[in-house]
Amino acid sequence: MIIYIPGDSAALSVGADEVAAAIARLAPTATIVRNGSRGALWLETLVEVQTPYGRIAYGPVTPEDVSSLFDADFLNGGEHILSLGKTDQIKWLANQDRVTFARVGVIDPLSLNNYRAHGGLLGLMNALELSSDEIISEVTDSGLRGRGGAAFPAGIKWRTAAQAASDQKYICCNADEGDSGTFADRMLIEGDPFTLIEGMTIAGIAVGATQGIVYLRSEYPYAIATLQKAIDIARADSWLGKSVLGSAHSFDIQIRVGAGSYVCGEETAMLESIEGKRGVVRAKPPLPAIEGLFGKPTIINNVLTLATVPMILAEGAADYKARGVGRSLGTQVFQLAGNIACGGIVETAFGITLNELINTYGGGTLTKRPLRAVQIGGPLGAYFSTDQFETSMDYESLIAAGGMLGHGGIVVFDDTVDLAVQAKFAMEFCAIESCGKCTPCRIGSTRGAETIDLIIQGVRVDENKKLLLELCEVMTDGSLCAMGGLTPMPVKSAMINFPSDFTGAAR
Amino acid sequence: MKYSPFSQEVALGLLASLREEKGPVLMALQLMQKEFGYVDKACVELIANFFNKSRADVHGVLTFYHDLRTTPPTEHQISICVAEACQAVGARSLEKEVKAKFANETHDAYCFGNCALGPAAMVDGKIIGRATLAKIEVARQ
Repeated sequence: MIIYIPGDSAALSVGADEVAAAIARLAPTATIVRNGSRGALWLETLVEVQTPYGRIAYGPVTPEDVSSLFDADFLNGGEHILSLGKTDQIKWLANQDRVTFARVGVIDPLSLNNYRAHGGLLGLMNALELSSDEIISEVTDSGLRGRGGAAFPAGIKWRTAAQAASDQKYICCNADEGDSGTFADRMLIEGDPFTLIEGMTIAGIAVGATQGIVYLRSEYPYAIATLQKAIDIARADSWLGKSVLGSAHSFDIQIRVGAGSYVCGEETAMLESIEGKRGVVRAKPPLPAIEGLFGKPTIINNVLTLATVPMILAEGAADYKARGVGRSLGTQVFQLAGNIACGGIVETAFGITLNELINTYGGGTLTKRPLRAVQIGGPLGAYFSTDQFETSMDYESLIAAGGMLGHGGIVVFDDTVDLAVQAKFAMEFCAIESCGKCTPCRIGSTRGAETIDLIIQGVRVDENKKLLLELCEVMTDGSLCAMGGLTPMPVKSAMINFPSDFTGAAR
Repeated sequence: MKYSPFSQEVALGLLASLREEKGPVLMALQLMQKEFGYVDKACVELIANFFNKSRADVHGVLTFYHDLRTTPPTEHQISICVAEACQAVGARSLEKEVKAKFANETHDAYCFGNCALGPAAMVDGKIIGRATLAKIEVARQ
């Protein structure tokens, strides 16, 4: 008897441990697997039971529901008010195209046997048969672009680092997922950490790097613990270490934990932080792929980018790039967040509309009030109005619409939101988190918050709006990195798409 | 959470465990805080001497990162996420409520990656989703 109860921190946040304890008391002989989350977060705690005819789901289960589940004989798939039927037939999940997240929520995150049984390590074993050039060509051909937000073609970055001659190269995984509304990196690490380790190993072999580093934020203590266990298991299994799976390649991974700084998600600030210094951004060039960590050639990729590589090496570039639209190929792991009824992970090919994501998957707002705004791409992303709901969710279409995809987080707000307050928050957040290296970001953010405050108070509104737009221009053009350079995006989009909130009249 | 009282001897023992690390200063400060609950001001000089850095280097790192604190923590630590996704579901009013009751031990945080089940909070290292004052009080016990 196998019962799956997620150990993902979103599930823990609504009582998964208590549910697991209650079930263990009443079914002491059952095997309880603490899987990752399926990503349908409003159904957490989602309990699944393995039956002869498939996995049957129940949710959202609270500790108080447990005794009635046993009364309903749920261990044999019995009917209960929380029955959701077969897990793989839940429409919300069945309609998705899970590639990067194929195993998350399905397997035991820390069982290598389970990982192998679900296609794990196929990508790495294929890579070990290929030359560096062939691996990089496969990644380039897949069309995979950086999922952290910058959308730079992964294969080109890898090629640059591969061609740089050096005695030491590094693979740095950026797991400093600081954008509000994003949690895919965390869920992947907690639910399928071996996939990330496999992707990093392949990257190491491809560019000739022997050391990997995961920069993981301190706000994710559960992910840190899971990834550390997974690394230890991979080492004990002769996967990581002097001879990767018995080959001539050497590769190992260390976790470096962040310390609560948002700007350290910027790749050069991250390098400084890994070097143990203040997280101050570096001017580019030199590109990190040529001169990165400790001055050595360094690949910096987001968790999702690296975690997609094993699938590409296992299934082939053609299979991956058959999905998507235009230059946005493959799948995107969208994250539905904020005031949303059915929030969570929606992985699907690029090109789905915002409307489908928010209404078909998301089910509208949690509060049942009218939806007013969505912010796409984290704190530096644009605020969209419902007039823009037919926008195709791909890199180019979102830029054309005045926004950006970022890391794929979508935060929903109902009609109680005041976009002038949100715009002010964007500036305040930049002031708090700015590394301080460049003036437009360090000073501009504080002046921006003050100016928006005057607009909110109705002080010389037109004049201050003009001033704010000028300030935004300076920040956009004059900042060293995306922190100062993109803070104007939420501010300006709020002003353009929600002008009625910037009249100085109380809402 | 239980921490040991600051001791130079213990601190030096911990620093020795980082001897092989490249770029160890931030790790060293984090290790001090993990052991003692905060970074005692004596640690700045200890770390500087141990790793052959200037005191300014260490002080600069110590004051850059929001996580690092230079005074002992309160017995309980409450962090409320006040980033956008949690704001969209009432984090600001939750923040006011919690601070009204536990002002000394409550801090703002920006994102625990629990953005579909907000407001999110962290109480003594335990994550809380759909957080309310009542849930936070229970977790705090």
